[in-house]
Amino acid sequence: MKSNMMTVIRKELTRFFTDRRMVLTTLLMPGLMIYLLYSLMGQGFSSQYEDSEDFKAKVQAEHLPESIKMMWDQDVPLEYEELSGTDEKEEALEVLAEGEGAYHLVISFPENFDAEIADYQVSSGQPAPAVEIYYNSSDTDSQSAYTMMKNMLDSYESALANKFDINPEGSQYDLASEEDLSAQVFSMIVPMLMMAFLFSGCMAIAPESIAGEKERGTIATLLVTPMKRSHLALGKVISLSLIAILSGLSSFLGMMLSLPKLMGGGDVIKTNVYGLSDYLMLLLVILSTVLVIVAVVSIVSAFAKNVKEATGWVTPIMVVSMLLGVTSMVESLCKTEPAWFLIPLYNSVQCMNGIFSLNMNMVNIAVTVVSNVCYAGIGVVVLTKMFNSEKVMFSK
Amino acid sequence: MKELLQVRDLKKTFKISAKQQKIQKTKERIKVAVNHLTFTAYQGEVFGLLGSNGAGKTTTLRMIASLITPDAGDVLVDGTSVVKNPEEVRRKIGFLTSELKLEEFFTPNYLFDFFADLHGVEKETAAKRKQELFDKFQISEFAEVKVANLSTGMKQKVSLVVSIVHNPDIIIFDEPTNGLDVLTAKVVTDFLLELKAQGKTIVVSTHIFSLIEKICDRVGIIIDGTMVVCDTLEHMTEEKSLEEKFFDIYAERAGESYEK
Repeated sequence: MKSNMMTVIRKELTRFFTDRRMVLTTLLMPGLMIYLLYSLMGQGFSSQYEDSEDFKAKVQAEHLPESIKMMWDQDVPLEYEELSGTDEKEEALEVLAEGEGAYHLVISFPENFDAEIADYQVSSGQPAPAVEIYYNSSDTDSQSAYTMMKNMLDSYESALANKFDINPEGSQYDLASEEDLSAQVFSMIVPMLMMAFLFSGCMAIAPESIAGEKERGTIATLLVTPMKRSHLALGKVISLSLIAILSGLSSFLGMMLSLPKLMGGGDVIKTNVYGLSDYLMLLLVILSTVLVIVAVVSIVSAFAKNVKEATGWVTPIMVVSMLLGVTSMVESLCKTEPAWFLIPLYNSVQCMNGIFSLNMNMVNIAVTVVSNVCYAGIGVVVLTKMFNSEKVMFSK
Repeated sequence: MKELLQVRDLKKTFKISAKQQKIQKTKERIKVAVNHLTFTAYQGEVFGLLGSNGAGKTTTLRMIASLITPDAGDVLVDGTSVVKNPEEVRRKIGFLTSELKLEEFFTPNYLFDFFADLHGVEKETAAKRKQELFDKFQISEFAEVKVANLSTGMKQKVSLVVSIVHNPDIIIFDEPTNGLDVLTAKVVTDFLLELKAQGKTIVVSTHIFSLIEKICDRVGIIIDGTMVVCDTLEHMTEEKSLEEKFFDIYAERAGESYEK
C-alpha cells in the first residue's frame, strides 16, 4: 500500500502545479521579487554613490586661513565664498537653516587660525583653537558636505602633528582575497534569509493543505479510505517539502543573483566562489531543514481548527527560526562542537554559515542532516497520531 | 441470511465543554451519544436508522465507518472488527455523509481516479466502473468541470459515486437525500434500490419516513442514543403508518416533555 503514499503525493503536487495562482505566488514571485528588490536597492545605492562623486559642496567661510585656502584651491570637490563680516555670517546661517540648498556649510575659523595652531601646545592644557562648522542635517547634501569637511579637517589636524603613518600606500595590506570577502558577506546574510524563505514557503502551503482540508471537510473523506494514516502523513510531509524546497530555491536563486548587485556590483561580491560540492551540501542541509519545518508546520496545522488559526500559531515559530538565523551574524553564537548541531534549525543556520564561509565541517553537516531527518520522522509519527485522533481531526 | 454487519453493544460518549453546557443548559459534563446500541444488517437488505436530530444516528454510522472509535462495544463488518482492524473495515464499506466533502479544485474525473487508487482498484476496472457510474448519474458531461463549479445536486452525485468507487458490499449512507432537489433525490433513491437488487447491504440513517418506507426492509428507531425498536418494516407498519408508530414510541419514551 506504499502506492497510497505516492497517490497522496501526486494529488498534492497536481493540486499545486495546476493552480496557476499558487505557482505564481509560491514559486515564481518570491525569487523574482527578491531579485528585483535587491537589484533596485543596489542600483539606488550605486547611483547615490555616483552622485556623491560628482557632488561639490558649497561653503561659506569666515576668516578663511591661507593654509586651508591653499588646500581647497587644489583638487577638492567644493566651491567656497568668503564671508566679510558678522552680518553676512548671520545671513548665511539663516539661508542654511532654511535648507534651500544655496549653501551646504558655513564654516567659522578663528581670526588668526594659522598662527594660533602654530603656537598651540597640547601640553599647555589650554583649549585648542576651535573651528565651527554649521550644517543642516535635514538636507542630505549639507550632511554629506559636513562629513566630507570634518574628515578633511581631521586629516589636516593629523597631518600637522604627523609622527608616523599607518598603511600609507594603497590597500595591499588587507590580505583577504575576493573569495574571502564574498564568503564573509554571504555567510552572514544568507543563512538568516534562507530560514525566512524556507519558512515562508512552508507557511504558504502547509496550513492550507492540512488545516484547510480539515476546515473544508475534505480530510475526513480521505480518512474513510483504507489508506494508512501514516501514509497520509508521509505523503503530505513529502509533497509539501518538495514544494517548499522549490519555493526556497526560487528565493535562493533570486537572492544569489541579486546580492552582488545589492552589495555594490559584481566587482565586490562574487557568487562563483562556491563549487558544486558546496551547493550539494547546501541542498542536503536545505532538504533536511525543510523536512523539519514542514513537519512542525503540519503538526500545528493539524491542531488548528482552520487556516487562519494555523497561520496565527505558526507565525511565532517563524519569528524564532529567524532569530536563530541571526546567530550566523554573531561570532560568539557560532559553535563548532557537533553536539550543538543536534539543535534543530540552529544546526541548519550554522551549517549554511559554514558552507558559505567556506569552512564546511562534514561531521557537523552529517549530524545536522541525520538529526533533522530523525526530527522529521518523529514529526510524521506525531502527525499520524493526530490523523488517528478523532478529537484533533473532528474538533469544531 | 448472512449477517454482514453486526453492531454489538456500541457506546459513545462526548465531553461537553463549559460553553456547550451553557448553551444546552445542563450541568452534565458528559453526553451519552450512543448507548449500548445493537443491531444486525443482513446481506442484501436495506436497514434504516430512524431518529430525530441528535438521536445518535450519525455517531453510530461514523463508528461503523471507523471515523471515530467506540468507548465500548464493537462492529463486525463481514466478520472484521472495526476496533481491531479499521483499515480492513474501510476497505469493505462505502460511506457517504454530508460532512465528507470533495476537494473543489479537482474534477469528478480526477477525484474518481484518485479514490480508486486509494482503494486499490485496478485501472481497467476503475475506468469501466467510472464510465458506468458517470453515465448513470449523468456526470460524464461534467467530468472535466471543477467540483467548485458544479451544482449542489451534482456535487452530491459525485460524492456518492466516489464513495462507492471500489464497489463495496456494504454501503452506509447518512441522510442520503438531505438537501437535494426532488429530481436528484429520486435518482439517489432509485440507485439505492438498484444496489439492493444487486445484493448489497445498505444502512441508511434518516428522519424522512417516506424514504424508509420506500427502500428499507428493516428499521431501527433511535431515541437519545438508545435503540428502542428494531423490527421489519412490514411488521412495524402492520397497524399504523411508520410516522404514527414513531411518534407513539417517541411520546412513550419522552413522556411529558414531548406532550408539551
